[in-house]
Amino acid sequence: MDTLIKAVGLLFLFLSSSVLALDVSLHGVDISLGGFLQGNYTPRIVDGNDFILAEERFQLKLEASYSGVSIFTKTDVFYDAVGNEVGFDIREAYLDYFSKLWDVRVGRQIITWGVGDLIFINDFFPKDFAAFFEGRPLEYLKKGVDAFKFDLYLNIISMEFILIPFFERDTLPSPPRFIIFDPFSQIKDREIEEPETNLENTQLALRLYRNILGFDASLYIYKGFFLIPAVEPDNLASPTKLILFFPRLAVYGASLQGSVFSGVLSLEGAYYDSLDDRNGDDPAVTNSQTKFLVGFQRELWRDFTAEFQYSGEYMYEYGEYLQTLPPGFPKQDRFRQLMTLRLTQFLRYQTLRLSFFAFFSPSGKDYMLIPEVRYNITDHLWAALGANIFGGKETTFFGQLDKNDNVYIVLRYEF
Amino acid sequence: MRKILCSIVILAFPFFILILSHLAYSQANLPADEIIRRSQAAFYYPGTDMKAKVLMKLVTKDGKERIRDLTMLRKNLDKEGGEQRYFIYFYKPPDVKDMTFMVWKYPGKDDDRWLFIPAINLVKRIAANDKRSSFVGSDFSYEDVSGRGAEEDNHSILKEEAFNGKDTYVIKSVPKDEGSVDYSYKVSWIDKESFIPLKEEYYDKRGELYKVFTADEVKEIQDFPTATKRTMKNVQSSHRTEVTFEEVGYNNGIGDEIFSERYLRNPPQKWIR
Repeated sequence: MDTLIKAVGLLFLFLSSSVLALDVSLHGVDISLGGFLQGNYTPRIVDGNDFILAEERFQLKLEASYSGVSIFTKTDVFYDAVGNEVGFDIREAYLDYFSKLWDVRVGRQIITWGVGDLIFINDFFPKDFAAFFEGRPLEYLKKGVDAFKFDLYLNIISMEFILIPFFERDTLPSPPRFIIFDPFSQIKDREIEEPETNLENTQLALRLYRNILGFDASLYIYKGFFLIPAVEPDNLASPTKLILFFPRLAVYGASLQGSVFSGVLSLEGAYYDSLDDRNGDDPAVTNSQTKFLVGFQRELWRDFTAEFQYSGEYMYEYGEYLQTLPPGFPKQDRFRQLMTLRLTQFLRYQTLRLSFFAFFSPSGKDYMLIPEVRYNITDHLWAALGANIFGGKETTFFGQLDKNDNVYIVLRYEF
Repeated sequence: MRKILCSIVILAFPFFILILSHLAYSQANLPADEIIRRSQAAFYYPGTDMKAKVLMKLVTKDGKERIRDLTMLRKNLDKEGGEQRYFIYFYKPPDVKDMTFMVWKYPGKDDDRWLFIPAINLVKRIAANDKRSSFVGSDFSYEDVSGRGAEEDNHSILKEEAFNGKDTYVIKSVPKDEGSVDYSYKVSWIDKESFIPLKEEYYDKRGELYKVFTADEVKEIQDFPTATKRTMKNVQSSHRTEVTFEEVGYNNGIGDEIFSERYLRNPPQKWIR
């Protein structure tokens, strides 16, 4: 009965949605309404045939602007059959004020920085990796943050300054949806200690950017926290409880992107200063690191694009790390490398998109493959069929997800 | 003395012929280049800037339609044939609504292109070959939308004839770099008065006709002849794209700053509405 009500509700939304799409101007206020209705289903294809994700989702986007001010909201309502819950998610809700030389945005917003394709070096904003691994559309990889953003545009340089008072962590794949390697699997009691909301814990991010000789150049500074938790048992000898906490972090980075050899060259790097473990002797906290990436993208023939990226993470104080690492724990490499390849072919007047994305780590020998076919059935309706295939040793980043190989289907009606 | 004079004349004669033939050759050649140059100027460079609402209708062989609804802004930085900037804001279809696209076009060099994806608030550079890539899935290539350097082809006048009641030059253009484009040559019917191409035929690598462009309606807007209705038809697949330019305005005073990351992220309401 419950399901029936939901189905009828969704059908109603579907029918009303084409009526909802709107672009009007009333007394100088421009109003625009849009959104989508979506089904997203992801069966696991190894170790049983349960679903990682099975949900219907309705999104409504509303934008209203009047002279220099505008508001934007993007809200999702969904029914998740795996978790058996109806949920409500404010993806974004912010107010913009535009001036001649500066802009302000206040509220929940999605921010994406850096030039990497699915490799994030100077993107200090929360991500939902679970969403990415369970076959949701890419936009769900990024989470909104409740923040204040100030933009300044000067002739010599532009600036983006972000202040995040409320801590929002990354969402990682976790049981029961995901079957995942856990070195502390016998300890069930876990406590998450998020940084408190106070002035000292306010995260700050700054980007300075301009065009230099045809290249888009950016400098980044961040002061805040790791968004992936550090894990520490209450007692090493006989642990009864795990404490998940978020160590302090400062980052100094830069990126360059421009046209070279009829393609696009991307360069990015950053120094991660692990403020709570500069000596590297705390095994729970990630040591300081240098991260970098080099990417090149080029269209090889009509509507076919290839992109290759090579990235590395170098860990400092590796000797200290090895000395303090508890026995029996999986050891991280001093220099972790990751390569990606993206191939995209558009066919049939770009209504059919065949794509292939691969992560491969030469150091960890683990990988993730994402083949996908997407077809725009009409201007309003598209469908995608893809897979997420993981492999490698169970202690590696992608290898730990090996039992979660899945196929996903997305069907979206957009208005 | 006469002998000397005679031998000078005899010796100079071949040079004379060479010079004359060279003059004749370049005179036959120069107008074709000049016609194309003027045609490019009339079609892609009128005014110091331009604003237009562009409606594209993509029609399949069996009559199925798709719509691309966008606002296009263009600004010339130099004189005709020089650097240009383009800004495009998409209204339709809904899956690309609010996306923006920017091109910095340089003569004789690869363009710079950026795409803004609002769903993740990301500006990314895109690598696309403008000579081949389809513009938003239509029958037009990027080059058809923003122009092709006159110096990239060898042009020759095939004939002069009346086309749809207009006197036209019929020009054949053969790309110097064959591998860079999908066609082997192009024949254009260029209006002698307005220099607007009224029709273009593209021939594939086997020499068979495959794409036909027509300017279906040409209007004078602020004294600039403007092709307000255009069609590109793929005669081999029978797929076609019909384009309508509405609310066309020239010399609007669009500032250089509009063509920047700032406005990619926050489209300039004043210009895109």
